[in-house]
Amino acid sequence: MLDADFFRRWMTAAAASVDREAEHLTALDSPIGDADHGSNLRRGFLAVAAALEKEAPDTPGAVLVLAGRQLISTVGGASGPLYGTLLRRTGKALGDAAEVSEERFAEALDAGVDAVMRLGGAAPGDKTMIDALVPAVAALGEGFGAAAAAAERGAEATVPLQARKGRASYLGERSIGHRDPGATSAALLVAALTEAAG
Amino acid sequence: MKMLINVPETVVADALRGMAAAHPELTVDVENRVIVRRDAPVAGKVGLVSGGGSGHEPLHGGFVGPGMLSAACPGEVFTSPVPDQMVRAAAAVDSGAGVLFIVKNYTGDVLNFDMAAELAEDEGIQIAKVLVDDDVAVTDSLYTAGRRGTGATLFVEKIAGAAAEEGQPLERVESLARQVDANSRSFGVALSACTTPAKGSPTFDLPPGELELGVGIHGEPGRERRAMMTSREIADFAVQAILDDMTPRNPVLVLVNGMGGTPLLELYGFNAEVQRVLGERGVAVARTLVGNYVTSLDMAGASVTVCQIDEELLRLWDAPVRTPGLRWGM
Repeated sequence: MLDADFFRRWMTAAAASVDREAEHLTALDSPIGDADHGSNLRRGFLAVAAALEKEAPDTPGAVLVLAGRQLISTVGGASGPLYGTLLRRTGKALGDAAEVSEERFAEALDAGVDAVMRLGGAAPGDKTMIDALVPAVAALGEGFGAAAAAAERGAEATVPLQARKGRASYLGERSIGHRDPGATSAALLVAALTEAAG
Repeated sequence: MKMLINVPETVVADALRGMAAAHPELTVDVENRVIVRRDAPVAGKVGLVSGGGSGHEPLHGGFVGPGMLSAACPGEVFTSPVPDQMVRAAAAVDSGAGVLFIVKNYTGDVLNFDMAAELAEDEGIQIAKVLVDDDVAVTDSLYTAGRRGTGATLFVEKIAGAAAEEGQPLERVESLARQVDANSRSFGVALSACTTPAKGSPTFDLPPGELELGVGIHGEPGRERRAMMTSREIADFAVQAILDDMTPRNPVLVLVNGMGGTPLLELYGFNAEVQRVLGERGVAVARTLVGNYVTSLDMAGASVTVCQIDEELLRLWDAPVRTPGLRWGM
């Protein structure tokens, strides 16, 4: 079973990972975006870590709702509402249970990813964070490690794709050959689950 | 890369402090990042709120004041502001007559303004929204996030601002804003990439002998790269792209906009070529504005925006305006 402490560890690990990889994310965002993905997400996840330290919500759902709200209020760009919605909707789907099973979490994350797809209008293959999140959710039944590996494969698979959503879409065919920064950061978020599990 | 900054993290806040010192006629909330005309809310007047990433100055904060925007929300450099800023701005300018959000068509701006509209309506503020999407360089927009919002934003903010200043109702101000957007087309070129403070080096690699055709205003590369062209050739290309997409029957407004790194000497010369092509194509020009209005940090280059107008739109364009970035008639 996963408790509030597990989800706090997840968010803290995600914040550390984004902080570590911020320059890499920004470098990926330069040729096809506007070179700010890393710095924006770093600002948001550091705010998440600070808020969780201050408020310490006592259910898994409340941890994720608080984290999502922080991202919406601090990141800006498309990443803020999209990542914020992912965590908020996942948290809401978890309800107010003190502990949740891994199976229940997988269902909730699926609902969160679905909300992101509706908000951004992106589908798998559009070269966005969805390309990492959808395979991750599908693999979650086999454990966090399998989910992380699936997300990473999904992010790598964005390289030959032509972007159809977000700012990279304006490049048309010239977006081909670059790894999507959003899918890369989504893979970091999923990989942080394995760290939280220890 | 040398920049006149302290550290990248405080660039926006530092600029807002300096703006506050230079413009006592505005209320600049540095902490919450909202710029409001000092006399807001004006009784009976529709509030106009726009915003977007910083780095496009004077857009949008420089267009706050009588006759134009009521408030602006600057985000981080090239990053949409967050919903909290927009809700705060809406609350500060709403006199009960409602608020129009003017949103450039970028995924981040659209999502954050959508969230803000919901939150503001929860607080009892009537919100209308207009999306600016004038950039003809975005082809196959079915397969992208749609056309980008660029130079036409200035036309929308000025004309809708004049209508709001006259006391016209929200519905009318919104429909005028939509009309201006629907009648506007833009095309931009870059002669160099821009440098964001966070990255510290040019956002894309553009060799000295080449230019990007069809760039946006965020340092994103354009659709096509070619060997450097003359001002005359660029004007022919840009105006052609615009007229391929619209056939103006009435006179037009023209904006020859600098991206931030091109001197006025070049912009005026470029404008001469733009006017020549429009003349050759039989398009009558009612008014022309030349300068750095919708910029992209230090990017060299220019964009052309053409807006087909009628008598009513021309009257509203000519109406007095008093803002840091645009001022006439008062």
